[in-house]
Amino acid sequence: MSGVLDGFRDPAIAAKLVDAIRETATTPCTLMEVCGTHTMAIAKNGLRGLMPQTVKLLSGPGCPVCVTANPDIDLAIEIARQPGIVMTTFGDMMKVPGSYSSLARERAEGHDVRVVYSPLDSLSIAESEPDKHVVFLGVGFETTAPAVALTIREAARRGLPNWSALSLHKTVPGALRALVDDPEVKVTGFILPGHVSTIIGVEPYRFLASEYGVPSVITGFEPVDVLQGVWMLAKQLAEGRAEIEIAYGRGVHAEGNPSAIAAIESTFDGCDAEWRGIGVIPGTGLALKPEFAAYDARVRVPCTPPEPREIRGCQCGDVLRGVVQPFECKLFGRACVPEHPVGPCMVSSEGSCAAYYRYTDYGRA
Amino acid sequence: MCLAIPAQLVSEPNDIQMAEVDILGVKRTISVMMTPDARSGDFVLVHAGFAIQVVDEQFAAESLEMLSMMGIKTAAELEAEMGMAADEAEDTGAAPSAASGVTAS
Repeated sequence: MSGVLDGFRDPAIAAKLVDAIRETATTPCTLMEVCGTHTMAIAKNGLRGLMPQTVKLLSGPGCPVCVTANPDIDLAIEIARQPGIVMTTFGDMMKVPGSYSSLARERAEGHDVRVVYSPLDSLSIAESEPDKHVVFLGVGFETTAPAVALTIREAARRGLPNWSALSLHKTVPGALRALVDDPEVKVTGFILPGHVSTIIGVEPYRFLASEYGVPSVITGFEPVDVLQGVWMLAKQLAEGRAEIEIAYGRGVHAEGNPSAIAAIESTFDGCDAEWRGIGVIPGTGLALKPEFAAYDARVRVPCTPPEPREIRGCQCGDVLRGVVQPFECKLFGRACVPEHPVGPCMVSSEGSCAAYYRYTDYGRA
Repeated sequence: MCLAIPAQLVSEPNDIQMAEVDILGVKRTISVMMTPDARSGDFVLVHAGFAIQVVDEQFAAESLEMLSMMGIKTAAELEAEMGMAADEAEDTGAAPSAASGVTAS
């Protein structure tokens, strides 16, 4: 056992946890993580191979870039094509394909698209280039949304006339509800995301246990953390309990981060949002409040993208629901590889398909 | 994308709640608006240029160890892993077109 676990920070603890999972998980269970960093941690450390046959680990819609739907990407691209626009966003968004193009391709064709480290950087660009209108494309879950909310408020405080935000932000709990309501999705427990939970705390997940009886554990990112999360889920299932537990107490307080929650709630209103593969989920989007209309790219740069289309043969939508495993998609490892990705789950460095391709033999089909 | 990384504040926050941090040996200015109690010397988790939580030193050390296990040892590698590297996306291979031989419907 120790050979397999050589890369772990504490192989002895990891080995004990693997044994404990084997002893505890006596009946079959399907555990889903909904966090790109978990996807990577599980694939990179070969954690699936350490699980007993009774424990199936699935990846869900945990990569914000991957769940962004084509019409939303198309809108961002259309905005970037307008004269005088500087489109700024995180590097992750650049290569993600919409219906017809990507921001990277738009840049290659001469449109002004720039990658920033922090949304605040886009404010500096707006200040130094007053003849341009700078748009920040905000993508991400609750971990990222407060940073963009505070940037919008900072733009308002500075009275910046040439900056606006396109919010494609999404919130996680509503998507989990949509998953457990989906008869095709068979999940018996959730491995909940660490840093989303750093912001929102425990409360927004309560319904999973109280309404659906699905045990869930907020889990950290080290291999040992993930094993601990799996073991705690196996224990809840074995004991017939359904609770929201924290296995990542060092990074998550039960109440979350109240300042960050306040930033989201005072800047955005909940709205319907389309998730790739899942469809429109009510209340899981974040739209700028009307009082920030002067900083809303949807208001400032009105434009109509072309009719969206889906990529033929791409099963990213089913992969994101955990209904299809990456290697079950006909394109995986053949037409769709990291060098020439077809769907977003292969494009994003933390997409399920990219993780499978990079770290398992399935990629060498 | 939701990766947050530990960093140590090396200055007191200024009047607009910006402070200097040391991330893997690189100095950066970040916002501490979400962690109003953070002071110079404290460890915080940083995401997208904002501190999102104050953490203790041991946790920060463990997190850095994890990053190094993931093959991340420099700030540049870290930003690449977080999808935030400024020099990324030089090619256009992602478009659903001839590159992959697959057409959109």
